[in-house]
Amino acid sequence: MKLDEFFVTGEPLVYGGMVSIVLVTSAVIFLLTYFKRWGWLWREWLTTVDHKKIGIMYILSALAMLFRGGMDAMMMRIQLAFPNMNFLNAQHYDEIFTTHGTIMIIFMAMPFLIGLMNIIVPLQIGARDFAFPFVNALSFWSFFFGAMLFNISFVIGGSPDAGWTSYTPLSGAAMSPGPGQNFYLMGLQLSGIGTLATGINLMVTILKMRAPGMKLFKMPIFTWSTLVTCFIIIFAFPILTVALALLTIDRIFGAQFFTVTGEGMPMMWANLFWMWGHPEVYIVILPAFGIFSEVIATFARKRLFGYHAMVWSMILIAGLSFLVWVHHFFTMGAGAFVNSVFSVSTMLIAVPTGVKIFNWLATLYKSKIEFTTPMMWSLAFIPSFVLGGVTGVMLGMAAADYQFHNSYFLIAHFHYVLIAGTVFACFAGLEYWYPKMFGHKLNERFGKLAFWFFVIGFHVTFFPQYFVGLDGMPRRVFYIIPEWMPLNVISTVGAFGMGIGFAIFVFNIYYSYRNSEREKTGDSWDGRTLEWATPTPVPFYNFATVPHADKYDAFLAMKKKGETTFDEEKLKPIHMPSNTGQPIIMMAIAAFASFALIFEWITLAVIGLVGVLIMMGIRSFDYDEGYHVEVDEIKRIEREARGL
Amino acid sequence: MKHRQQHWRRWLALLPLSLVFLLSGCSELTVLDPKGPVGQSQKDLIVFSLWFMLGIVIVVFALFAFMVIKYRNRPGRGDKDYDPDLHGNTAIEIVWTVIPLIIVIILSVPTVTTLFDLEKPPESSGDKEPLVIYATSADWKWFFSYPEQNIETVNYLHIPTDRAIEFRLSSADSMAALWIPQLGGQKYNMAGMENTLYLQADESGTYDGRNGNFNGEGFTEQTFKVHAQEEEAFNDWVQETKNEAPELTQEEYDQLLEPSVMDEQMAFSNTHLKWVDHGTNEGRDYAIKRHRDAYQELLHLENEVKGDGKHD
Repeated sequence: MKLDEFFVTGEPLVYGGMVSIVLVTSAVIFLLTYFKRWGWLWREWLTTVDHKKIGIMYILSALAMLFRGGMDAMMMRIQLAFPNMNFLNAQHYDEIFTTHGTIMIIFMAMPFLIGLMNIIVPLQIGARDFAFPFVNALSFWSFFFGAMLFNISFVIGGSPDAGWTSYTPLSGAAMSPGPGQNFYLMGLQLSGIGTLATGINLMVTILKMRAPGMKLFKMPIFTWSTLVTCFIIIFAFPILTVALALLTIDRIFGAQFFTVTGEGMPMMWANLFWMWGHPEVYIVILPAFGIFSEVIATFARKRLFGYHAMVWSMILIAGLSFLVWVHHFFTMGAGAFVNSVFSVSTMLIAVPTGVKIFNWLATLYKSKIEFTTPMMWSLAFIPSFVLGGVTGVMLGMAAADYQFHNSYFLIAHFHYVLIAGTVFACFAGLEYWYPKMFGHKLNERFGKLAFWFFVIGFHVTFFPQYFVGLDGMPRRVFYIIPEWMPLNVISTVGAFGMGIGFAIFVFNIYYSYRNSEREKTGDSWDGRTLEWATPTPVPFYNFATVPHADKYDAFLAMKKKGETTFDEEKLKPIHMPSNTGQPIIMMAIAAFASFALIFEWITLAVIGLVGVLIMMGIRSFDYDEGYHVEVDEIKRIEREARGL
Repeated sequence: MKHRQQHWRRWLALLPLSLVFLLSGCSELTVLDPKGPVGQSQKDLIVFSLWFMLGIVIVVFALFAFMVIKYRNRPGRGDKDYDPDLHGNTAIEIVWTVIPLIIVIILSVPTVTTLFDLEKPPESSGDKEPLVIYATSADWKWFFSYPEQNIETVNYLHIPTDRAIEFRLSSADSMAALWIPQLGGQKYNMAGMENTLYLQADESGTYDGRNGNFNGEGFTEQTFKVHAQEEEAFNDWVQETKNEAPELTQEEYDQLLEPSVMDEQMAFSNTHLKWVDHGTNEGRDYAIKRHRDAYQELLHLENEVKGDGKHD
């Protein structure tokens, strides 16, 4: 293979990308060396098994991915507003919408939410870490290397270009040769391992490690949403794993599972993909519901309305999410009866979702609403999400879907639910729990400025797309007819509004780091759940003494009784896991093996795979039992943190 | 306070008015301006559902505005109307579960009946046999074969008005979707399979048709024009094509199958169905076998300002 086949050549935008990658990497290396921070980076972050630090790394990576996916979105919007400028050619446009979709779902939405779960769930249930801290680190590094692998494709080898759904036969070896599509397969496969492991890890954590007294139906609602999400992950992700593996075998080893030749079944891919893909959208929306519930209850200064109904509706949504996948391809011609069944099951999801909307509204009834930034995101979510929801029902009506399918009406719908749902929740959750993570709040003034830019920009971008969709504009076209121009220009203006909003949000992180007042108590918002019972910054063992939490809104009850999580008489040595470099090394080797497989360098891939197996062997004979934090040490840390 | 409420009401009264404007503007949107019974039934379904959705949106927005305005924490709010422990009310919860359920049932009935209707030719032209057209997608063009008339067109389509068209959809290679928004919704074209799609035009005119499903580099330009004509004019066109169009040879057809974007339109006085039907299991890999290398080449397509009238 020649060098110019290895690197992508001939695109000025790609050269720009290469230059910035080199510049940023050199800057990071320089700074780490100059400030002598390599050891710190290794000890404190790369080898950590602390769920809070892993969560922060998840969120930082997700923000970087949001930037990348957002840049892709901007480029698409520029192309569609000025199609005659030839900013992007057809092939480049195809690559960009493919990476935009894949990155936003797999490497932005999910890791962001998993990051928040990582930090908050153990704190909410009174646990000191995950059930399997080592596996948690492994999960993060598998996601991280999967994301890096996928992202590097645009400078090395070429980006995938068959859409984030990667439909066969288009994505098969015959029509999409070269490493691009392999990047998609291996990037998702590698990070999928981590997601599945996190699902199991969090499920066990929630089921086995709750504070004494905390029955399942006393758990905070965000923890409930996480638990339900874990079940979806555990049942859905193996389907993706198998589908990706089959397509990989097709592409690299010449099998015929999904090919047009050799009696393969291309349509089976669409089925397998959406049997994972539909539950996947609930994987990214249910935790968002959980975040909104927490934020709304906190800033409405009122108990969440209909807690049991909220929980059961999530369970119902999770169940139904496995029974609707065909609605992504009503137009495949499965017949009126099949389409009818999936049509009705799809619309049924609106019922539990509607129940949740009304419960949030009822939570606001007779409340005292404080308009903090996280609350603003949560409030904006309700009307915006309803617009996405009702159009979802319209898309669910199969006969009408024949007209909506793959049009901008669909694009508008799923951006309305994914941005108003998931992205708003990510921002709300990050700002809400920010003081718990970093010891200071984000500035409210800049936070609200970012909010208004982003939310208004969002509606300006996507509301016109419903209409341009009804006017017959299909998705994934790289130029448009003049009739569609005005609405597309409006969309592009809105997209820049969102971009400015995001930029202000990121600036606010820096600004608040410099200027925000440091938190002195752990209870920044007058919270209701156990995470606010810990001091800020949270000690690495979380709880000096684990409280007895037999009430809903456990911390509220503790505050009334004057209890804390630091009862000097009940202190005992705390058993904690040791840091380890094995997860990052194991996953780096796995990433190397995947990279080799992408370029079909089989020998190197086998060497990498053997390396992974060796690492597993080393781990299996690792007898490190962790260590104990002694009582005196706990006392010293807690007194300092609590200013006693 | 009273003055303010009146103010509110006046704005609320404007709301339905603005909806009327919105919907009248919508009637110019392609999908909401159908030219045949299939598109009409889908439009009816869309508009029917739209009213319910608007109702839901108005109710939720009104409740939302009420809650946010009334229960915001403002100076001097005090503890009036503040009940921090209020957390359930079975009656109201049943109401807001049952009403959406009823709406879903109301929407399901016309959805299901329309679905079954769309599997049959439209009733309005029940006195005539549907005209059969094989619509075959091949990267990135459209072949339309008229087996009864024994003619074939490339990248354009003539149909008679007031007669059902029975499209037999298939693809020579990647998955595509035949979509003529003004006549009705789309269905997939897949290699080795055949889908049936019934459409009908009630008004003569020229409509845009395209591939609705992304299938690679030339996707954007995989479009075609539909010319709907009165029966007589259509028959004239058929006769003219039969007399004047050249014959398609297998060799030429194989060449046409090579992946490319083709702006020109073609007509032939026979069909390719004689030697291959891509909708059958035997024909599914016909194109790939012949052009395996060509599928791997990039075309480097840019947006050119077209002068052939195809994109106007």
